[in-house]
Amino acid sequence: MSTKPRTLYQKIWDAHVVDRRDDGTSLVYIDRHIIHEVTSPQAFESLRAASRPVRRPDLTLAVPDHNLPTTARKDASGNILPIADPQSAQQLAALQKNAPEFGIRYIDSTDPEQGIVHVVGPEQGFSLPGATIVCGDSHTACHGGLGALAFGIGTSEVEHVLATQTLLLKQSKTMEVRVEGTLGAGVTPKDVILHIIGLIGTAGGTGHVIEYRGNVFEEMSIEGRLTVCNMSIEGGARAGLIAPDEATFAYIKGRPYAPKGEEWDKAVAWWKSLATDEGATFDKTVSVRAEDIQPTVTWGTSPEDTSAIGGLVPAPEDFADASKQSAVKVSLEYMGLTPGTRLTDIEVQNVFIGSCTNSRIEDIRAAAEVLKGRHKADNVKWAIVVPGSGLVKQQAEAEGLDKIIIDAGLEWREPGCSACLAMNPDKVPAGERCASTSNRNFTGRQGPGARTHLMSPAMAAAAAVTGKLTDVRDLVG
Amino acid sequence: MEPISHVSGRAIPFGRKNVDTDVIIPAAWLKTITREGLGQGAFEAVKQEPDNVFTDPEYAGAPILIAGDNFGCGSSREHAAWALLDMGVTCVIAPSFSDIFSSNAFKNGILTVALPQDAVDRLLEVAKSDPIDVDLEAQSVTTPFQDRFAFEIDPFRKHCLLEGLDEVGLTMAQGDAIKAHEARAKEQMPFLARTISTVD
Ligand code: SF4
Repeated sequence: MSTKPRTLYQKIWDAHVVDRRDDGTSLVYIDRHIIHEVTSPQAFESLRAASRPVRRPDLTLAVPDHNLPTTARKDASGNILPIADPQSAQQLAALQKNAPEFGIRYIDSTDPEQGIVHVVGPEQGFSLPGATIVCGDSHTACHGGLGALAFGIGTSEVEHVLATQTLLLKQSKTMEVRVEGTLGAGVTPKDVILHIIGLIGTAGGTGHVIEYRGNVFEEMSIEGRLTVCNMSIEGGARAGLIAPDEATFAYIKGRPYAPKGEEWDKAVAWWKSLATDEGATFDKTVSVRAEDIQPTVTWGTSPEDTSAIGGLVPAPEDFADASKQSAVKVSLEYMGLTPGTRLTDIEVQNVFIGSCTNSRIEDIRAAAEVLKGRHKADNVKWAIVVPGSGLVKQQAEAEGLDKIIIDAGLEWREPGCSACLAMNPDKVPAGERCASTSNRNFTGRQGPGARTHLMSPAMAAAAAVTGKLTDVRDLVG
Repeated sequence: MEPISHVSGRAIPFGRKNVDTDVIIPAAWLKTITREGLGQGAFEAVKQEPDNVFTDPEYAGAPILIAGDNFGCGSSREHAAWALLDMGVTCVIAPSFSDIFSSNAFKNGILTVALPQDAVDRLLEVAKSDPIDVDLEAQSVTTPFQDRFAFEIDPFRKHCLLEGLDEVGLTMAQGDAIKAHEARAKEQMPFLARTISTVD
């Protein structure tokens, strides 16, 4: 192995190369594969057609999330309720059948461990630092918060991993995003990542793997790191990572699939060796001062359309690039917004707190803190809080957070992807606005014609209370 | 996979920038469990716009799509590639592509050609009235008006596309190298080789 200083990404990469080809591609070993119902049926279909088995079912975990309704899954007498949408039911049934048939551990929709793939992986100790982790969902980058090299793949790649436990990859360039200083009150990990995406743009990280560095990430909770890495893809990067440290080890220790005993000690020693070496260089570096980050929201239909909550809806002319100008024009039209409007004057009819970006216990706590003793505004017609997993749900209920949420007039749901994407019954009606803690504000993402404003859980809770986009610092001081 | 050497015919002059995969195929279409029929849902929202290129009979069945910068950004859904294939598109030309989209396209036998913006602008112009020829072997795009634009492509991808090779089969032939890695990893990183069944 070379003695040249290496980055975290480089070290994980080197440890997983099975074969290097002359043309620059490498066959890379995959340690953990998580599958869900949407991107796997066609992969199993192909395996079956070619009579190929799954190479390492023991490194694969299946859990349904995208299609599941978040309303009660069992009736009063404990019978499992049928899924109304026949196509959703068909996809869910396919996973339920395919996983065991190929020897893969399947978490059922009514198991307490069920949840969103990117919440379940870390929570079960299935996702580990230094591991290569893939899943047929672009927010797999999320697991990078533990110091894993994790990225989303398409269905053909799902098939490739199932059959061979490897992927053919080209090494990415490296990008350092450094945030240093002290975050102000009310500024959360979601604000940090929205701010970064606003700065670098949705193509800023294309071809790169981002490593988030600096004291802000070192001091950040694991939940927060998962939130930050989750949205790396919105910044164009395929993966994002944060070096594993004591906080990471403490988070993982004792989880069901985490290493134990002697293996644990060996793991920690190796994980510690993964941090980027002094003197290692990145292909690109971006530095942000923590003090410059405000509670942030999006106003447009691209995740780079961000603004501090104190700002105004921009005009197309505010942008230098001609094609961005026309994109902004289309986007403002879709969003039904007039340039110059104060962001805090924008009314919302829906609030969604959930998704793999913000549905972990810390997120539910942050929302509950704002909601405590308050009630949602009358103009907010639909407001739901969707825990990321059954275990998050249990934990929140043990802390009494569900009660705070329900007392505030919001609904407390069953775990799943919910209104992050318009694939299950949770949708935002056309023309209506949603304060959402998810990761994408694309046209139609939350339902045809739905208008999404991305923000942190605390900010979404504040919007529920006032019925408008709101600076949470005005409510909770 | 169908081998590809030439894609020639009419090209859909779309030209839009930052087209994400939700635009190519909306989430409502992701509920299939097979690959067929997605062409119907392709560019569903764009098809509602007046004078759009996707419902214009002029370009019906065109095998080439010309788009703007950063084509295929957003979600990793491979349905985007299947939708294009189902529409009959086997080649997309744009100034740049999202990483995931171009990799998904390749795996499904769709050729993605990245060309500088001015070349793409010229092709958008030509496509309105005339066919375009994409020659994978020669790595060039030509028009009936003597335009010729050379493009770069990864040699491995080129080889696979030309031969119509299935990647899974290619990798399975490397079973020994994979086994060797697994043995090495078990020694050095046993905590990663640790399996689900051992804790169940
Ligand atoms: S919550 Fe949204 S982004 Fe996350 S896995 Fe589900 S659909 Fe994908």
